[in-house]
Amino acid sequence: MFLNLLLLPEIILVLGSFFVLLLGVFKENSYKILNFLVLTTLFIIIFFLIFQFNEKKNFFSNFYNIDPFVNFIKLLILGSIIFTLLLTKQYLEKQNLLKFEFLVIILLSAVGMFVMVSASNLIVFYLGLELQSLCLYIMASINTKSSKSSESGLKYFVLGSLASGLLLYGCSIVYGFSGTLNYTEISKFSSTETISLKFGLVFILCGIAFKVSAVPFHMWTPDVYEGSPTAVTTFFAIAPKVAAIAAFVKFLNVPYINYFNEWKLLLLILSCASMFLGAVAAIAQSNLKRLMAYSSISHVGFILAGVTISTPEALNAVVIYTFIYVIMNIGIFSCILALKRKENYYENIFDLSGISKNHPLLALSFTILLFSLAGIPPLAGFFAKLYIFLAIIEQKMFYFAAFGLICAVIAGFYYLRLIKIIYFDPPKENFDQINSKGLKISIILSTLIVLLFFIQPSFLTEITSDVIKYIK
Amino acid sequence: MSWPILSFLIFFPLLGALLIFILKGSEDQIKKNSIYITLGTTVINFIVSLDLWYEFDPKATGYQFIEYKKWIVNFISYKLGIDGISLFLVLLTTFITPLCVLSVINSVKFRVKEFFIALLLMETFMIGVFCSLDIFLFFLFFEGGLIPMFLIIGIWGGERRVYSALKFFLYTFLGSIFLLIAIITIYLQLNTTDVEQLSKINIPVNLQYYLWWGFFISLAVKLPMWPFHTWLPDAHVEAPTAGSVILAAILLKIAGYAFIRFSIGLFPNASLFFSNIVFILSLVAIIYTSLVALMQSDMKKLIAYSSVAHMGYVTIGIFSFSKQGIDGAIFQMISHGFISSALFLCVGVLYDRVHSRLIDTYKGIVNVMPIFSLVFLTSSLANVGLPGTSGFIGELLTLIGVFKMNYVVAIIAGLGVILSAAYMLWLCKRLIFGNFSVQGLNKNEKLLDMNLIEKVMIFSLIILIILVGVYPNIILETISTSVDQTLSSINKQISIKKAFIY
Repeated sequence: MFLNLLLLPEIILVLGSFFVLLLGVFKENSYKILNFLVLTTLFIIIFFLIFQFNEKKNFFSNFYNIDPFVNFIKLLILGSIIFTLLLTKQYLEKQNLLKFEFLVIILLSAVGMFVMVSASNLIVFYLGLELQSLCLYIMASINTKSSKSSESGLKYFVLGSLASGLLLYGCSIVYGFSGTLNYTEISKFSSTETISLKFGLVFILCGIAFKVSAVPFHMWTPDVYEGSPTAVTTFFAIAPKVAAIAAFVKFLNVPYINYFNEWKLLLLILSCASMFLGAVAAIAQSNLKRLMAYSSISHVGFILAGVTISTPEALNAVVIYTFIYVIMNIGIFSCILALKRKENYYENIFDLSGISKNHPLLALSFTILLFSLAGIPPLAGFFAKLYIFLAIIEQKMFYFAAFGLICAVIAGFYYLRLIKIIYFDPPKENFDQINSKGLKISIILSTLIVLLFFIQPSFLTEITSDVIKYIK
Repeated sequence: MSWPILSFLIFFPLLGALLIFILKGSEDQIKKNSIYITLGTTVINFIVSLDLWYEFDPKATGYQFIEYKKWIVNFISYKLGIDGISLFLVLLTTFITPLCVLSVINSVKFRVKEFFIALLLMETFMIGVFCSLDIFLFFLFFEGGLIPMFLIIGIWGGERRVYSALKFFLYTFLGSIFLLIAIITIYLQLNTTDVEQLSKINIPVNLQYYLWWGFFISLAVKLPMWPFHTWLPDAHVEAPTAGSVILAAILLKIAGYAFIRFSIGLFPNASLFFSNIVFILSLVAIIYTSLVALMQSDMKKLIAYSSVAHMGYVTIGIFSFSKQGIDGAIFQMISHGFISSALFLCVGVLYDRVHSRLIDTYKGIVNVMPIFSLVFLTSSLANVGLPGTSGFIGELLTLIGVFKMNYVVAIIAGLGVILSAAYMLWLCKRLIFGNFSVQGLNKNEKLLDMNLIEKVMIFSLIILIILVGVYPNIILETISTSVDQTLSSINKQISIKKAFIY
C-alpha cells in the first residue's frame, strides 16, 4: 500500500501546517485560534504515535522507516514543541511577535525533524535536515526589529549552509564509492573493503556535529542562542537537539556500524572537547542564554560520550540523558522567561540577584533545576550522568570517565555561581509575578519530574531499554 | 521488628520540612511555627532513635532492622540496616539536631523557614548515610547532603560565606567523583552493591588497590585529612553556629564511618597495604594542624583545626586493625561529636552577644559569665583529653591500638595530645582569666551569662561527655560485637600477627 496509516503523523503535520498558513493569511489576528488549532493537531499526532508505538515497518522501498525508537524520539520532539508553544505565548505577545508564521514554521520544522529521524536513506535524511534547518534559520531572525535577531539568523544560515554543504559532499562521496545511499545497503560494506567510505563518514559527521553543536562545530551556538528571541532559543535548545542526536545515533549505528573502530576515536574527541569547552567557557558568561548555550554544549558532550561507546547500555543512557536534558531545559528556560518586569525581559545573570527573597518558589525551582544540571544526586540530572558513566566504565575507559566527571565538576561551578547569585546576593527590584498559566505549568511540572525522578527511575529506563533494541 | 523504624527516622524530618514548606501566615507566625515544627520533628526523631537503641540487640551479629526493597531493577536496592557502629552515629545525629534548632532560635534572623527546611533535609541525608547498606544508596545520601549544607553556609554564614560555601561544595564534589567511579566499578565487576553481600566476597587484591584509592580520596576530603583539609576551617568559620555544629559533630563522622564500613571492611588487603600512607597523613594532620591551631586568632578556626587533628586519631585508630584501635576510633568520633558541638555552641554564645569571634576581643570572661566559663573550661579540658572525660577514653584506646601495630606512630600521635593541651589551655587563659574587658562593648552594656536555652543545650552535652568518660561501657559494650565481626571478617582475608587483649 502506497499510503500507510502509519504515516498519518507526518501527513497530518504537513496538512496542518498548510491549513494554518492558509487560515493565517486570510484571517487577521488569528494567533489565538491557530495556537489552539496547532496544539490540538499536535495532541492528535501524539495520540497516533502512542497508538502505533510498537509498529516497525519500512516504507517506499526502504527509504523511510518507523520503529519504536523513532516513535519515542518523535514523541519527545512533539512534547518539546508543545511545551515551547505553551511557555512562549506570553513572551511572544509582549514582544509583538505573535505572528502566525511562527506556528507554521514550527510545524514545518517538526516535519523536517520527523523525516530526519525516520530516514533510512541519506538523501531523505538530507531533505529532512534541510527542511528543519531552513525553518530554524527563519525562526532565529523572526524578530525583524532587532538587529541581533537578524544577525543571529544570518550567522546561523551562513554557517549552517556550510555544514549542510559538507554533509552533502560526504553523501556524494559515499554514493560515489558504494553506489548506494540506502542505510542498510551501506552497512554491508566492511571497513577493510572500502576505505573511501571513511572519507564520506568524516564529512557527514562534520555536518551532523554542527547540528548537535559539538565542539569544534559549536561556534554558532552561543551567538544564535543569545541573539534569537528567548522563545526561539527555548525551542532551539530542545527539539532540534533531540532530532539531531537521534539522527546521529541512527547514522552511526545503522549504515556505519562496521566502522565502529574508525568513528569511535572521532566521537571520543568530539565528546571530550565538548564536555571541556562547555564547562570552561561558560564560567565567563554573564548572559543567561549564552550560558545555557555553553551548558547545552557540555551536555551534548556527555550524550556523545554515550554515543562513543554505543553498547546497548550506552545507547540506553543516551536516550535517558536526552529525555532528562529536555525536561531540565524546559524548566530552565521557563524560569528565564519568567524574569519579566513591566513588559521587559531580563537575561543577564546579575538580574537574578537575590530573587529568592521576593520569589521564593521561582528561586527554588531554579535552584533545583540548576543542581540537577550540575548532576547532584538525588536529582534527575545525576541519574542521566550515572547511566552514561556506568556504560563508559563498563568498557574500562577509566580515564575517559574521570575526564568527564572532572568536566562535570568544573561545570558544577557555574551552576553554583548562579545559585549563589539567586540565594546569597542582595535582592534587587521585584520581577512581575508569573501570570501565564503555561509558564507556571511547565516550571512546576519540570521541577517535579526532576525532583521526583529518583523514586521510580525504572519507569523511564524500562521504556528506553526496550526502545533502543530497534536502533541497530 | 514490626515497623520500618529506619525509614521512619530518615523520612520523618523530610515530612517536617514539607510541612514547613506549606506554612502560611505573617512572618512572625511562620517563624514561630517553623521553630515548633522543627523542634517537634527532631525531638520525636530523637525519641524514636532511643527506641531503636532499646530494641537493638548488642549481642546479635550482623545487621539489624534490615529493610529491603527493590528500587532500580538489578542495580540499586533500597536496603537499610544498622549495627553497633552505625547505631551510635544515628543517635548522635538525632541528638545533635534538636540542639542545633535550639541554638538558632535567636541567631538566625532572616529566612527562618528556609533555614529549618535545610536543617531537616540535612538530618534526613545524614541518617540516611549511616543507615544505608547499599553503597549506591550511601553515595546518594552522601552527595545529597551537600545541597542543604551549601545553602546553610552560603545564606546564613558570615562575611566570606560565598567563598567558603563554594570551596566546601567543590572540594567535596571533586572528591566524590572518585568515589562514584569506584562504586560503579564495584557494581560492574562484582555485580552487586549490597554491603552485606560484598563483605562475603573476597575482592581480588589488585582491584582492591584501585577501589581503595577511589574511596580514600573522596573520604579524605570529607574527613578531612591533611592536605585536603583546607575547606574545613573556612566552612566552619563562616557557617552559622548550627552549621558548624552539624559539620563538626556529624558530617566529619561520615568519612570515619565509611572508612570502617567500606575501606577496611571491604578492602582489607589494600587497607593494610596502604596503612602507612594513612598513618603518615594522619600524623602530619595531628602535629601540623595542632601547631596551626596554636597560632589562630579566631576561635572557630582554632576549634576547626583542632577537629582536623582529632580526626587524625580516628584514622590512626581505624587503620591499626586492632579491636582497641577501632573501638577507640568510634568512641573518639562520638566523643568529638559532643565536645566540638559544646565548643562551637560556646563560641556561638559569645558571638550572639558581642558579634566577634576573635580571641583578642575577650578577656577575663569568668568575672561576668561564671557559668559560661565553667562549661567552656570543661569542654576544653575534654577536648584536651583529661581523664574522666570522653576525650580521654577515645585517645587512650586509639593510642593503645596503634601502639601494637606501630609504636613510632603511637609516640608521635601522643605528642599531639600535649599540643592540644597547649592550644586549648592557652585559649582558655586568654579568654577566661585575667581582668575583664571586652572590646566593642559599651560601658553601659552588660555581658549576660547563659540563658536557659543555652544552659539546656550545653549542659546536656557536658553531662554526656562526663557520663561517657566515666562509664565508657555504655558505648563500648554495644559496639563490641560489630567491631569483633568486622575484624574477624578482615582476619579471614589477612592474618595480622598481633594478639588482641580482650
